[in-house]
Amino acid sequence: MIHDGDSGDGDGDGDNHNHDHDHDHDHDDGMSHLGKMEARVRALESLLVEKGYVESESIDQLIQIYETKIGPKNGAHVVAKSWVEPDFADWLRRDATAAIHSLGYTSRQGEHMQAVFNSDDTHHLVVCTLCSCYPWSVLGLPPTWYKSPPFRSKAVIDPRGVLSDFGLNLPETTSVEVHDSTAETRYLVIPQRPGGTDGWSIDQLAALVTRNAMIGTAIADDPQ
Amino acid sequence: MSKPELKPDLQVLPDIVLDDGEPVFNAPWEAQAFAMTVRLFEKGLFTWNEWASSLSAEIHGGTEREYYRHWLCALEKLIAEKQIMSLNDIESREQAWHDAAARTPHGEPIEL
Repeated sequence: MIHDGDSGDGDGDGDNHNHDHDHDHDHDDGMSHLGKMEARVRALESLLVEKGYVESESIDQLIQIYETKIGPKNGAHVVAKSWVEPDFADWLRRDATAAIHSLGYTSRQGEHMQAVFNSDDTHHLVVCTLCSCYPWSVLGLPPTWYKSPPFRSKAVIDPRGVLSDFGLNLPETTSVEVHDSTAETRYLVIPQRPGGTDGWSIDQLAALVTRNAMIGTAIADDPQ
Repeated sequence: MSKPELKPDLQVLPDIVLDDGEPVFNAPWEAQAFAMTVRLFEKGLFTWNEWASSLSAEIHGGTEREYYRHWLCALEKLIAEKQIMSLNDIESREQAWHDAAARTPHGEPIEL
């Protein structure tokens, strides 16, 4: 079992906080789990907030300012390749973990990935309130809103409402499927290839694939 | 409120990985640790030079660690030095978060 592709914690690489982490990996009880570094940072932040030294909103804002460089390039490459190479798309459908791995995109914990393909009939949306359930190796850092409890609860109750909050209005005939990312399985949404891109290279196509498109709150960009 | 335009100079930090002048993070907690540091600096709790030397001392302290682990240790030590809180405070709060996670069903927000 792979628990929590956590914050790169607990792999004993010289960490000096002197914590036993073995207990991290042997409970599969449906309860939450925080990685060591994740808990440590939460500890610091919550204390600083309580003592009035920082505000969570200002931390989130700073993260948004600085996180722009963590683009979802790896995932975009996976998506674009699947558009161009049917064999790769097939592999992705059958065994996303191996297909993604073959491109050299791996995370330390090697969590199980599943690719879900959008079609005219079905649109996929991925949610989770734990940032540890988010496939960083493929998507980069999660956007701040993704971690917010209101986003998750609304996505589960009213996925169409969430999508239209993001400016995405799907036809009535398209059903929306919501996936709850877990510590064991993380999802990658494969958006539909936009029209007008015949003959485009993988690199050109990858530029149209945004992070939000791979979470399902957007579709791939239109070619300009 | 913070003074406007107090920009942290990332270039003076030892060993930081930048891409086009922006820091590169490998996990959300790294970005959080980074942002907390910038915010405390903006609030005037320490100078950027103090931060740079604290980080440098940590990196050259002889322990092999990933960069943002050094970063977080340096931040904790500087915070303790400034008597904002003690390492013990952080330690017990960390445990409280683990305990909170263990009683929270997956998918629900973890709260203390």
